[in-house]
Amino acid sequence: MYTLSNRLRLFSIILMVVGLVGLIIGFAQRPGSIEEVKEMMAAHDAHGGGHGEAQTADHGESHGKEDAHGGDAHYEHVLHQLQNKPWASLYAAAFFFFMIALGVLAFYAIQFASQAGWSPVLFRVMEAITAYLVPGGLILFVILALSGFHVNHLFVWADPEKVLGDKLLEGKAGWLNGTGFIIRAAIFLGGWLLYRHFAVKYSRKQDEEPTGNKWYKKSFKISAGFLVFFIYTESMMSWDWIMSFDPHWFSTLFGWYVFASLFVSGITTIALITIYLKSKGYLDFVNNSHIHDLAKFMFGISIFWTYLWFSQFMLIWYSNIPEEVTYFITRIEDYKLPFFGMLVLNFIFPLLVLMNSDFKRVNWFVVMAGIVILCGHYIDVFNMIMPATVGESWFIGISEISAVLLFLGLFIFVVFRALTKAPLLAKGNPYLEESKHFHY
Amino acid sequence: MASKVIHALYIDDDVLMDAVKKVRAEHYHIEEVFCPFPVHGLDKAMGIPHTRLAITSFMYGCVGLTVAVLMMNYIMIEDWPQNIGGKPSFSYIENMPAFVPIMFELTVFFAAHLMVITFYMRSRLWPFKKAENPDVRTTDDHFLMEVDPGNQDVDTLTSLLGDTGAVEIKVIDKEEDNH
Repeated sequence: MYTLSNRLRLFSIILMVVGLVGLIIGFAQRPGSIEEVKEMMAAHDAHGGGHGEAQTADHGESHGKEDAHGGDAHYEHVLHQLQNKPWASLYAAAFFFFMIALGVLAFYAIQFASQAGWSPVLFRVMEAITAYLVPGGLILFVILALSGFHVNHLFVWADPEKVLGDKLLEGKAGWLNGTGFIIRAAIFLGGWLLYRHFAVKYSRKQDEEPTGNKWYKKSFKISAGFLVFFIYTESMMSWDWIMSFDPHWFSTLFGWYVFASLFVSGITTIALITIYLKSKGYLDFVNNSHIHDLAKFMFGISIFWTYLWFSQFMLIWYSNIPEEVTYFITRIEDYKLPFFGMLVLNFIFPLLVLMNSDFKRVNWFVVMAGIVILCGHYIDVFNMIMPATVGESWFIGISEISAVLLFLGLFIFVVFRALTKAPLLAKGNPYLEESKHFHY
Repeated sequence: MASKVIHALYIDDDVLMDAVKKVRAEHYHIEEVFCPFPVHGLDKAMGIPHTRLAITSFMYGCVGLTVAVLMMNYIMIEDWPQNIGGKPSFSYIENMPAFVPIMFELTVFFAAHLMVITFYMRSRLWPFKKAENPDVRTTDDHFLMEVDPGNQDVDTLTSLLGDTGAVEIKVIDKEEDNH
């Protein structure tokens, strides 16, 4: 049995408190009116330096244009963006940590459906990570409900004034409306949590009465059923929760793209937590062949993610159709560093670091690559959410960092508390012996 | 002087694996093992160093990538620039996304083909090559272990091999090579 050390508990609580305080400050610092935006921008420009000059020049130019069209349109635009900023960073962090747990849930179901023999020693780690789906899902649901019913301004389609007169949004209103949005979110989350509940329950029951593998067979059946449900709902979830930030834009492989992102983040987290627990003297039945296999998945799915990213990018870049290519133009013009930096973190770094077979067995190599992959995929989520909500007014400020800390603290707290609830070895699993002797 | 080698035949890969471990534990030198199919973990049990084929594969991949970049740069940028999809920028880097599929494919092509050829060369396999395996049954269902008794007593070794589950043991007088 694992016991949660006081240090780790304290650490996670401190993260949550610091994150929460920072986020409150972030919300409090939002400008309330156009005058405040003007003040902020003037103060920013006055700070001077090379950076400031570039900004001033840039703004001067655009002001000229805006002013010609009459007054404060530009400032009002910036005001809305800055008012969105803490909401968007809250959303990005909430979604990122939720997607890790969701990726692990899908990975866990695949282990059962494929009757994998190597992985049962890791099942309790996976089950613990999926425990985050409950609080993470509820928080996300609340944020989605607030956004869908236009309490904040994250989704353009949630604003009746903006939809009115916009042919595309009017056409999509049958799908993109607050009520439908929240009903769908409830179905997605409900289905995933239901599977999570029964999968964990059957896994525990299988430990108690392993004869006949009655519970194992049930796990197999619900896992296969869940995977069918998951791949449809995950795809729709990606349209609803992410792609609808840019409701005029569409991509047919977006669901796969988000899936690759959440899958690789989930597997990486399994590897990181397994290595952490091993370093604390738990999980002595996990050998370096298991770590090697997880690292192979991290390597492979990172390349799969790049393949999908590039497939989406190249077709749109090549055909250069205005309504499609605007998505990438915004990102390349306003988000150059995170957009291309993410490719380095998510593709080139894992490719070079994890290519060598021997390196995949070296724990600190896997940890280093894993941390980079997780940062990269947070930036991926950031790139998907920010351009449509915050636009060119983005910067990594107090609300972004605080939101990540808040959910990181919650994630650590929930996952490691869930680890204490059951023995770390799923001793009733019929493939356990094979898994213990797994050797590559 | 004609040296002796001993051929021990097995009919099960698990028995063979145990036999290899036992023979090595007695410090005999195993010249070679002939199998009808690849036996997982046999190379480790025989103490053969890890293959360096993966490193050659990486280098071939780099060659393929370089060839693709140079080739596309010559074809599409230097020699005969074309206006495709309104992108006649005369710059490799700006047209790079269009060349990524070619860069990827040639990397894979070079790595795969040259690696296979390297593997054949390294295994001393080429067209019209005369088979090296001493017993034709190793292409069907028998495993053959070739052991060099060195200065040890041949009879002790044969009895050891018999204990490991060999179905047939032959002592061969190997002719000294003339060349």
